[in-house]
Amino acid sequence: MAGAVWVFAEHQEGKIRKTSLELLGKGRQVAGEVGAPLIAMLLGSGVDALAQELTTYADTVYHWDDPAVALYNSEIYCQIIAELAHKEQPQIFLAGATFLARDLFPRLAGRLKTGIAVDCLNLELEEDGLLVARRPLFGGKALADVVCRQGRPQIALVRPNTFSLPDAQGPAHGTVVRLPVGVDPAHVKIQVLEVSRPPKERLDLTEAEVIVTGGRGMKAAENFRLLEELADVLNATVGATRGVVDSGWRPHGDQVGKSGKTVSPKLYFAVGVSGAIHHVMGMDTSKVVVAINKDVQAPIFQYADYGVVGDLFEVLPLLTKEMKQGTGKG
Amino acid sequence: MHIAVLVKQVPDSEATVQVKADGSGVEIEDRYTLNFFDSLAVEEALRIKGQGGDVVVTIITLGGQKGVEALRTGLAMGADQAVLLDDPAFAGGDEYATAMVLAAALKGMQVDMILCGKEAFDDSSGVVGPLVAEFLSMPSVTSVVKIQLAPDKGSALIEREIEGGKEVIKVSLPVLLSAQKGLNEARVPPVMGVMKAMRAEIKKLDLAAIGLPATVVGRAGSKEEILRYHRHPQRPAVTMLQGEAADIVRQVVGLLKEEAKVI
Amino acid sequence: MERMDAVVVGAGLAGLTCAYRLACEGMQVLVLERGDHPGSKNVTGGRIYLRPLRPYLPELWDKAPLERQVTKEVITMMSAGAAFTAQFTSDKFREHSYTILRSRFDKWLGERVVERGGFIVPQRRVTDLLREDGRIAGVVSEGEEIPAHVVVAADGALSLLAEQAGLRGPLAPRHAAVALKEVIKLTPPVIEERFGLSPGEGAAHLFFGAITEGVFGGGFLYTNQETVSLGLVLGIDSFLRHPAARETHAIFEAFKGRREIAPLIKGGELVEYSAHLIPEGGNKPVRQPYTDGFLVAGDAAGLALNMGITVRGMEFAMASGYLAAQTVKQAKEKGDYSATTLAAYATLLKESFVLKDMETFRRSLDVLENPRMTGFYPAWVCKVMEDVFWIGEGPKQRVSFTIWKGIRQGLFNLRAIKDLLRLRRI
Repeated sequence: MAGAVWVFAEHQEGKIRKTSLELLGKGRQVAGEVGAPLIAMLLGSGVDALAQELTTYADTVYHWDDPAVALYNSEIYCQIIAELAHKEQPQIFLAGATFLARDLFPRLAGRLKTGIAVDCLNLELEEDGLLVARRPLFGGKALADVVCRQGRPQIALVRPNTFSLPDAQGPAHGTVVRLPVGVDPAHVKIQVLEVSRPPKERLDLTEAEVIVTGGRGMKAAENFRLLEELADVLNATVGATRGVVDSGWRPHGDQVGKSGKTVSPKLYFAVGVSGAIHHVMGMDTSKVVVAINKDVQAPIFQYADYGVVGDLFEVLPLLTKEMKQGTGKG
Repeated sequence: MHIAVLVKQVPDSEATVQVKADGSGVEIEDRYTLNFFDSLAVEEALRIKGQGGDVVVTIITLGGQKGVEALRTGLAMGADQAVLLDDPAFAGGDEYATAMVLAAALKGMQVDMILCGKEAFDDSSGVVGPLVAEFLSMPSVTSVVKIQLAPDKGSALIEREIEGGKEVIKVSLPVLLSAQKGLNEARVPPVMGVMKAMRAEIKKLDLAAIGLPATVVGRAGSKEEILRYHRHPQRPAVTMLQGEAADIVRQVVGLLKEEAKVI
Repeated sequence: MERMDAVVVGAGLAGLTCAYRLACEGMQVLVLERGDHPGSKNVTGGRIYLRPLRPYLPELWDKAPLERQVTKEVITMMSAGAAFTAQFTSDKFREHSYTILRSRFDKWLGERVVERGGFIVPQRRVTDLLREDGRIAGVVSEGEEIPAHVVVAADGALSLLAEQAGLRGPLAPRHAAVALKEVIKLTPPVIEERFGLSPGEGAAHLFFGAITEGVFGGGFLYTNQETVSLGLVLGIDSFLRHPAARETHAIFEAFKGRREIAPLIKGGELVEYSAHLIPEGGNKPVRQPYTDGFLVAGDAAGLALNMGITVRGMEFAMASGYLAAQTVKQAKEKGDYSATTLAAYATLLKESFVLKDMETFRRSLDVLENPRMTGFYPAWVCKVMEDVFWIGEGPKQRVSFTIWKGIRQGLFNLRAIKDLLRLRRI
């Protein structure tokens, strides 16, 4: 019998991450096609509500509820998931390509002696249940379809915002299975001392639906206020180019580009961004791109859907105002 | 203390990459460089060495002539020795098979710390590092932005980047750590270092030397298989808006609502 | 720290030739290049005259990656809507000059240097000279001191080092030009058919007149093995003074679009584009190309000669690099790198074809820079030709009369006679 389709349900601040919900949506479709149950993996302490929430998406929710897994620890997580996988032999295991997943799943693949495809931009099933994962190479200059014939489960980490969220939740139909955490702490060599995440009202760049990125054309750190104002209206996250980050105007974590974050929002504003290839590699899978630049020759316009030629200091306040009226906010 | 750094020579981000018309492969312009994140890993190893004590830095790569170039860059930066894992049997391997070879070679080296880049520019997987650690039963921490070694060098305090913040982790050595931007700024190799590196001897290890059967390396030992390549889908031609700022702002908002339907 | 025998700055023809010779002599030599690799910063159109060079590096030429041997010389004078072309072929021109792609050739020559044990480190900018007790004792590259017995500055027309050594001043705008060049890929059979060549044979094609839109300069086209190099040279001084000059790339695009050019490059693929400042030559070579622990060679030493539209510099660069190496070798044998010993370099240059040719053609720039040479005369030739070939509604005048009339109108005036007299200086 073919094994189940697993989806790793990552959560943060009491909420299932958006990227995990996207994968639950995709996982449901995949499970339907291969005729297997959809199972969500939840690790955490005091997150019963989330387990319940997951039953609206998954047939079964495996929930490890233990202080030992309250914070992500690669060794503990890897060990308990691998043990269950050995027992249950899932055929497919999906997760969002988050920092956590990219830390955990390569090790998990090694322990389960299987392959892994990271940062996938699409997933398709062949008739025999083979998962074809499309992933970027050379910063997106090429794409490759990869399959894993030599191991199970087939693991794919998918770039956030690749799949749409599942339709409105139905009634809870799944069951929650609570599992014990049986790890001997003496064998754990990693200890997570602290997780600091300054409270942010906005989604992380990798998950944001709308991003407004400023380049060197913003001229100074304080001018990012103009972008923040636009972001407020659009419920967007503010990004930055390498030049901006290297100048110290914005923190490293805000960088979109090859040595920063790769993003895939629904709507991307590139403001005062020249369009160096390095930056483009980080945002070229955005669905709709608006570039604002006063230089009509700027390369960024080649990667945009809409090119606004103008002085950003004039355009931005007008845009914010127009959007405010348009979205009914303010 | 022995620090091993895993490095890779990758196409420069400016190099042109063409997907063959039949999707069977890619043609890459001959512009290669040491992977950016790997250069941070080499730098970090050298900084730890610079803090004093008896530290040896060995850089390791898998591959032929391109690999040698990566090693020479690491040597030029100041690494003590370089190891090239080179054998026809290694060709065509995926991350799994590559990690298998690296782990086998590292097993005999008595390393206290393995450093590598967060990911390589060519495949952006970031899988090989943690896999090597897994095969060596060693803990791993990825996307590291700070390393603080305990005075006894038996453990380290690590800061790793996560979405919108960071984690502070205590880990015992030996450990594998993957370098994220922000860890340091890699040095430009000094000219004298480059000259020394050009003359330096590079140790070569082949399949027999690392003691693995041919079935677990290269294509034979791979889990993943590439079916075909595709070009990056072309974005439709840009709609350029020029003129009075107020006008074009109204136009673009209209287009985003009516045409693109994203707001 | 170990002291190199010589540090050569610039991996162009002068620097690489010098380094190659030094490496052949078993000396410790390091070449520092600011580009990504040797040849990456060169724009030269590319034609090299082998005869003067054969004696210098006899072992190299048989395997050198030369493109085609030039058997066909073509000159086209252009007015706004017409062109007059003269073509010359000669059996004597066998193995005389070759087209050359510098990115390929310099890379190859660099490999020869490394093969002989020399070092080449690219992506390094040399910012300063290292001085010990007042004399030059190496270079400083991005803060790193690199000691050497002798520094050979082969850092091009804008040589910062020769200036720092006090051997020359900055390049005057009058002596500089903007060169734009595209390398366009075609197949060898297409090149041979379009230019009427046999395999291995090449054409050198020069253009002047209306294409530079009143700016001093001209165009060139060289056939390589499977590409053509198409370029335009515009004098900076003249460009700056010209009231209505368009942007350089606009002038270049118009040149490419000309009826005489477009069919030659049709269907080709652009594989390389470059725009650089080049020496226009005609400036005097530096008076003293050496000082304590320091030599200057190639364009850096002002060794470039304006030959009309093209600049002859490659042979001078290689020869001067070679002679610099000979001088360094002698200095090493003597164990003395002072100016007294290095002065031998000046003598070697004087005795070679380099300074002899420079002297012979010294005043050519004065003549060629006359705006009438690139403006009035090409237009005049085209006008006379139009009149000769034109058959209109009325009766046609005798051809001899038409030509005579043209000559009378165009050449029988004081200015033209002055221009003619000046031509003798070339």
